[in-house]
Amino acid sequence: MDDFAIKIESVTKVFKLPLEKNTSIKSILINSTKRNKGYELQSALKDISLEIKEGEFFGVVGRNGSGKSTLLKLLAGIYSPTVGQVHVRGSLTPFIELGVGFNPELTGRENIFLNGALLGFNRKDVQAMYKDIVGFAELGRFMDQKLKNYSSGMQVRLAFSIAIRAQSDILLIDEVLAVGDAAFQKKCFDYFEELKKKHRTVVLVSHDMDSVKRFCTRAALITNGHLDLIGSPQQVADLYDKQNASGIPLSEPPVIHSGIEITNLKIKGRKDRKFDLEDSITLQFSIKAKRPVNCVLSINIIKKEDSQFVAAISSDYQINPRLLKSNEEAMYEYVIPSKQFSQGTFLVDGVIYDFDTKQPVFFKRSMASFTTDGIRGWGALNLQGTWKEVK
Amino acid sequence: MRHFFSKKNRALISELVRTDFKLRYQGSALGYAWSLLRPLLIFIILYVVFVKFLKIGNGVPHYPVYLLLGIVIWNFFNEMTVQSLGSIVGRGDLIRKISIPRWIIVFSSSLSALINLFLNLVVVLLFVFINHVDLLKTALWLPLIFLEIYVFAAGISFFLAAAFVKYRDIGYIWEVIMQAGFYLTPILYPLARITNHTFQKLIMINPMAQTVQDARYSVVTHQSATIYSVFDGGWYRFIPFVIVVLVFIGGAAYFRKQSKFFAENI
Repeated sequence: MDDFAIKIESVTKVFKLPLEKNTSIKSILINSTKRNKGYELQSALKDISLEIKEGEFFGVVGRNGSGKSTLLKLLAGIYSPTVGQVHVRGSLTPFIELGVGFNPELTGRENIFLNGALLGFNRKDVQAMYKDIVGFAELGRFMDQKLKNYSSGMQVRLAFSIAIRAQSDILLIDEVLAVGDAAFQKKCFDYFEELKKKHRTVVLVSHDMDSVKRFCTRAALITNGHLDLIGSPQQVADLYDKQNASGIPLSEPPVIHSGIEITNLKIKGRKDRKFDLEDSITLQFSIKAKRPVNCVLSINIIKKEDSQFVAAISSDYQINPRLLKSNEEAMYEYVIPSKQFSQGTFLVDGVIYDFDTKQPVFFKRSMASFTTDGIRGWGALNLQGTWKEVK
Repeated sequence: MRHFFSKKNRALISELVRTDFKLRYQGSALGYAWSLLRPLLIFIILYVVFVKFLKIGNGVPHYPVYLLLGIVIWNFFNEMTVQSLGSIVGRGDLIRKISIPRWIIVFSSSLSALINLFLNLVVVLLFVFINHVDLLKTALWLPLIFLEIYVFAAGISFFLAAAFVKYRDIGYIWEVIMQAGFYLTPILYPLARITNHTFQKLIMINPMAQTVQDARYSVVTHQSATIYSVFDGGWYRFIPFVIVVLVFIGGAAYFRKQSKFFAENI
C-alpha cells in the first residue's frame, strides 16, 4: 500500500495572471486605489489526486494548455500547489527542457561540469563520466570551444548526453525533449526503453499517444485542468482520441489582449485558394509581439459546411518555441498536402501559446479559409489508406 | 540542519561560484589579474585624492589604511547586496525549469562577493606594510566583525532578491539607499569630524558604521571611535547587533515565504 513514489492529494493550482504585468510599485499603488486588482485568476489544475508507484512508467496525456506541464512542475517542486499536497519519496530530477543552465560564454567542458552540478554531481563524479558524456555526444573535438559556437543540434546532443546520467529515483520527462531529427528521437526512445527495462520511476508528459502506448505502464488524461481518467495507456489513448474526434475543443480561449498577435494569416499556393489533389497548401503567419514571449504557433482547422472540428496542430511538435523580443516580427509557414482533406471549405483559427505558461495568448476564429477540389472521400479528412482485393 | 550542505548542494554552490568568477573576467587580456589589479588601482586613486590632496584624515594615525579598510568593507556590503538583488531574476531560467533550493542562488552570489573581499584585503595588507602599520593584536577580532557584516548583508540580500522578483523598482530604490548609506557611514571622513554628539550616536546605530569603526579600532588604531566609546558603554551599544539579527531573521523568513512563488512570478 505504501510503495508510492509520488502522491498527489487533491491538488489545485491557481495562477494570478496580471492583465498588465505589475512589476513596478507605482502601478500597484494606482491599481489598489482604483480597486482594480489588475489580474485574473486562472485555475490550471483542479482537484487532482494521483498516486504513482515505484517503478512505474507513468504517462500524463493532454492537449496543449490542459495543465499537464503545470502538473509536471508541481511534481518537480518548481511550483507549489495552491491547495492540496504533493509528496515525493526519493530524489527527483525534472527534464522540462534540455540544457537548462547552459551558459553560452563557457566552453563545452565547463558547461558539462555546471550542468552536472545541477543534476547533483560534484566535480569528481563528472570527471569520472566525462569521457562517456563526450563520447556519447560525439563532440570530442569541440569541448574547448565556447558553447555559443555550437550549433543547436550539438547543444542538444551535449545536454542529452549529460541528462541521461541522472541517477535520481524519479525522473520527470517532458516529451518536448524528443523533438529533433529522427536520429536524435531514436536516441531518446532508446533511453526511454532502457529506463523501462531498469524499472526506474518515470513520469512522461506527452501528447504523442504512440510513445505513451509504447513505454508507459499506466497513464492519466488531463483535460482543461481536470483529471479525466487514470488507466491503461490503451484506455487513455482511446478516450483521448475520442475526445479529439468528437471535436471537444479546448475550452474556448478567452479573447486576449496580451500584446502578441498574428497580424496576417495568408493562404499561399493557389490564388483562388482552391486546391487540387496534388497541391500543397501553405499557411503563412505574420506575427508581431509587443512584449517578449516564448511563442508557439497553433491552428485549429474546422470544416465550414458542418462546423466540424478537423484538426489542431501546434508548432512545438516540430520546431522549438521562439523567444520573440519586444516589437519583434516573425514569419512562419505551415505546409499541408491538400490530399489530406476531403472536399469542402475549411476555416483556420489562429492561436499563439506562450511556451512558458502553456497558456493561449492569442486566439482568433476563422482567420483564413481554403477550398479543396477534385475527387475525394466524404467527411473531413481524405484518408490515405489503400484498398486491396485480397481473395 | 536539513542537509543544507549536502554533497549535492555543495557541488552546485561550487559550480555556480566558479561560473560567476569565470564570466567576470571573460575576454579580458589580463583575466584574473584584474581581481587584484582593479582594487589596487582604485586604492591608489583614493590614496592620492584623500591623503595627498584633501588631507581629510590629518591627525588619524595610518589614515591611508584606515580609509582603505572602510572602503573595502563598504564595497563588500555594496557588491554582495547588489549582486544578490538581481541573482534570482538573473537565474530565472533555472528557477523556472528545475527545483534547486532557491537560497543556493543567493548564497553563491554572496560567496563571489566574499572571494572579492578577501582579494581586496590582500591589497589592503600591501598598504599595511607600505605604511609600516604594526598590526594590533586585536586584529584577531576581525573575522567576528566580518561575520557580523556578512550576516547583516545576507539578511538584506535575501529580502532584496525575493522582493525584486515582484517589484522591479527595488533595484533603483536600493541604489539610492546605498548612495545615501555611503555618505551616512563614516568611510571617507573620520567620525570625529561630526561634532554634534546626537548625530554621532545616530550614525553609529547603523550596523555598517559600527562594524567599519570596530574594524578600524581593532586593526589600525585604538583611537578610532567605536560604538562603545560613542555611547559611553550604555546598553544602547547593542542596538546594531539587535538590528543585524532582526534583519537576518526577517530577510530569511520573507525569502522563504516568497521562494515558493518565484517560478510563476519571474
